[in-house]
Amino acid sequence: MPAIKSLEELKRVREEALAKKQLKATPGHIQVIVAMGTCGIAAGARDTMKSVLNFIETEHLSGVTVTQTGCMGMCEQEPIMQVVIGDQPKVVYGKVNAEVASQIMKQHVQNGSPVKDYVLPL
Amino acid sequence: MREIALHLLDIAENSVSAGGRNIRMDVLENLQDDLLNVSVTDDGRGMDEETAKRVLDPFYTTRTTRKVGLGIPLLKLAAESSGGGLSLETESGKGTRIEATFRHSHIDRMPLGDVGMTMLTLLVSYPHVNWTFHYEVNGKDGNRQFLLDDKEIKSALGDVPLTEPDVLKFLRGMIEEGIASVTPETVA
Repeated sequence: MPAIKSLEELKRVREEALAKKQLKATPGHIQVIVAMGTCGIAAGARDTMKSVLNFIETEHLSGVTVTQTGCMGMCEQEPIMQVVIGDQPKVVYGKVNAEVASQIMKQHVQNGSPVKDYVLPL
Repeated sequence: MREIALHLLDIAENSVSAGGRNIRMDVLENLQDDLLNVSVTDDGRGMDEETAKRVLDPFYTTRTTRKVGLGIPLLKLAAESSGGGLSLETESGKGTRIEATFRHSHIDRMPLGDVGMTMLTLLVSYPHVNWTFHYEVNGKDGNRQFLLDDKEIKSALGDVPLTEPDVLKFLRGMIEEGIASVTPETVA
């Protein structure tokens, strides 16, 4: 069995994450939800998710929860991604490939301005 | 879906929807016997006999958002097209295990794909689930395996979310290292 990164290292990561969290106050809880039903996965939702996680990692974006949901009944719009910031109404995006996901993360999640071209009129 | 790892993600998603709280994903590349075996086992609500019989029918689904359920039938077709097959064990109230076998060297076998990204996606998206990932390669030079049970990770992290940037980096690195350490002779 190969050795994996140690739990000691993880504890250090935890301490650093806690310290950084105290330094950076987030503007409200941010939730990013990627639809991962069979239709979403087949349309590329895992690449969308990868792009979201890469963005969080490279931009050191703290305080973002990333979750999945199943098929939303709009298979033709997959991959679908939702963004919920604090108490604001959720914004649902369609046709979110990896590149669009990165754009949404930068413009909406990081700077608070929805990417109108991809918002689904619900 | 062109990767086995995407099918695994799809099945695991079903396991979460079925209320699974302990979900295990196994990938076994048995190069000695020329087999690739993948399975997902959950402790969710399982299926009754009638549902289990119909689960391979693409025009049957329990979902209300659409009327087709293509995931498992497509995986079955992919497995059978490469000299393998799919089996389903389920019991109402106990859980479900879905296993697909492929002839490893079969020309029509779809690539295993990015198993690491499938693991990371599930791990961070469903923190309430206890995930166990097991990846084993049985080759000429012996048996190597990577086992990841997220209990210790979550315990060490306490209330720090898995999507914190430094934690994500740690998890990604751990999964990539673990997979790389068991797959040097594997051809996707």
